[in-house]
Amino acid sequence: MAPNSELLLDVQDLNVSFATEEGIVHAVDEVSLALHAGEVLAVVGESGSGKSVTAMTLMGLTRSPNARFAGSAKLRDLDLVTASDDQLRKVRAEEIAMIFQDPMTSLNPVHRVGRQIVEQIQAHRDVPDGEARDQVVALLERVGIPRARERFDSYPHEFSGGMRQRVMIAMALSCDPAVLIADEPTTALDVTIQAQILEVLKELRTRTNAGIILVTHDLGVVADIADRIAVMYAGRIVEQGSTDEIFYNPQHPYTWGLLGSITRVDRPRPTRLPSIPGMPPSLITRPQGCHFRPRCPHAHDACLAKPELIARVGGESGHTDRCVVTPERKAALRETDGQIGLVAGGVTG
Amino acid sequence: MGRFVARRVVGMLLVMFAVSVLTFLIFNVIPNGDPADRMAGKNSTPVQIDAIEKEWGFDKSLPVQYATTMEKVFTGDLVSYYTQTNVAEQIRRGIPRTFALAIGAALLWFAMGTALGLYTAIRAGRWSDTLVTVLALIGVSMPVFWLGALASYYLGFKAGLFPNGGYAEIGEEGLWEWVKHMILPWTVLATLFIGVYSRVLRSNVLDTINDDYVRTARAKGLSERRVMIHHVLRNSLIPIVTLWGLDFGAVLGGGAILTETVFDLDGVGQYFAESIGTLDVPPVLAVTLFGAFFIVILNTVVDIVYAALDPRIRLS
Repeated sequence: MAPNSELLLDVQDLNVSFATEEGIVHAVDEVSLALHAGEVLAVVGESGSGKSVTAMTLMGLTRSPNARFAGSAKLRDLDLVTASDDQLRKVRAEEIAMIFQDPMTSLNPVHRVGRQIVEQIQAHRDVPDGEARDQVVALLERVGIPRARERFDSYPHEFSGGMRQRVMIAMALSCDPAVLIADEPTTALDVTIQAQILEVLKELRTRTNAGIILVTHDLGVVADIADRIAVMYAGRIVEQGSTDEIFYNPQHPYTWGLLGSITRVDRPRPTRLPSIPGMPPSLITRPQGCHFRPRCPHAHDACLAKPELIARVGGESGHTDRCVVTPERKAALRETDGQIGLVAGGVTG
Repeated sequence: MGRFVARRVVGMLLVMFAVSVLTFLIFNVIPNGDPADRMAGKNSTPVQIDAIEKEWGFDKSLPVQYATTMEKVFTGDLVSYYTQTNVAEQIRRGIPRTFALAIGAALLWFAMGTALGLYTAIRAGRWSDTLVTVLALIGVSMPVFWLGALASYYLGFKAGLFPNGGYAEIGEEGLWEWVKHMILPWTVLATLFIGVYSRVLRSNVLDTINDDYVRTARAKGLSERRVMIHHVLRNSLIPIVTLWGLDFGAVLGGGAILTETVFDLDGVGQYFAESIGTLDVPPVLAVTLFGAFFIVILNTVVDIVYAALDPRIRLS
């Protein structure tokens, strides 16, 4: 990432909650993020951690009568939280575009894939049909779709999952957005296709100067593409820092657990893949204080107070976390937990 | 496509054959008097009756009787047992009346059903949705003969806004007279279908609106109008078009018996109803085949249109 590059997205204390019949779901809680041009920010967490809701909120896709928002999410000068529907419509795709998790269902089955991309271009720009078609063919070639000129007229069901995700990426790129959000872009795909799609994204960040938010539950996916990582748990960011910091000097016990559940080829294989004991909390009745407290083996009385997301380790890398334990004590605990993170029930090394 | 058409044509012939045999057999079992006797009229001589029996094969076995009758169907020589009028002529006379009713009403119910269905889906849960839902339920629940009679009596006879039933030829009385005669029948026949279609479309739209590709369409920065029409409605309409084709076929084939009778349009459906009332086998047989033809044809058209609307469906 180039230092001093333009700040594209500035999210401050974003809160998103939904009124449901069971109660109020606090999906996103005081999330603050920053994304610069040319930067890849990975938002990592398990299902229900609020990472997808955060991403969708930036696109205005969580707006509904029962949704409540607080805080701000500034895309350059426009606050995406308070923007009118019309303002939002104009920046979608043009300034901020999104790639969704399931390419099998994200394209309209009754329209030709090329036309679906042309539709987006023409919604924002006054481009004649023939020219738009040429642009789309070029985009499809760029994301690695063979025989793009013929494939322009194919329907989504004539593509494989990986090819459809390439179409979705081509669509997201078609208006040269400054911010690209990829919400679990590889989760629904098999492993070889995952690698190919990640290659496309990597190539893209070097060729354009877009800022990319990569939402995923898989730390393995982000290791060699992300510049910075934000770890989310139960609606809150629990740790945020550069990729190196998160992988080599993780501060939050939840991050230790996440790192521990990656299979590693350079270590003896455990009989069972380590997992974090317990379940993520309900977002309706959240635990008091630190949300990770009920599952944390190191919890103590101080954890009953809400921890702030602040810099606790030295350095000017902007490494912040939400664990009140001192960095020295954490280092010691990490040693005893072993390098694979938390010792999960049933794991024998 | 060629194989599809060939298969459909063979299928259609088989269906029509089965329908004609069944209709013929049913009316052979129902006691309705000696057909030759009925055809010869009140003041007939045994010689006349004998001649009719020979001509129609009533003295022969059932299959032979069926064969002679069907031959007359295709040569257009079929006459009513009851009035001795030519059946083909009667049907030909009824066709413009029945088609006028069917086409007008089908367009009306498709347009209104779609508009109300989309409106209620967008307004789902608000009072306007509830209001239209209640109205749709009332529309579905009102029998045609009752609604038709009320409309005809109050708007036609009492208020004098519309003619009191009957059909006006465009050629003789002009377009405006024709329209005036058709407005009530169109509305009454369409009312039932509007209720059904708007409900079906509403639930289709509410299903589709949560589909992932609609979210994609929004993320593309399309206007809400374009999202609704190009993505939501386009996909929600596919099952409605299927339904519409089948209902349209039934009405086109003379299925709107009640509406035609209440408004005395004297179309194919009304002819059918009168023939059943007098157990008059030849017209019943002919109109049944007429109706079956349209239903089978529209079924095929629906399959072709369905494949055109949804590229995942392939004919064959």
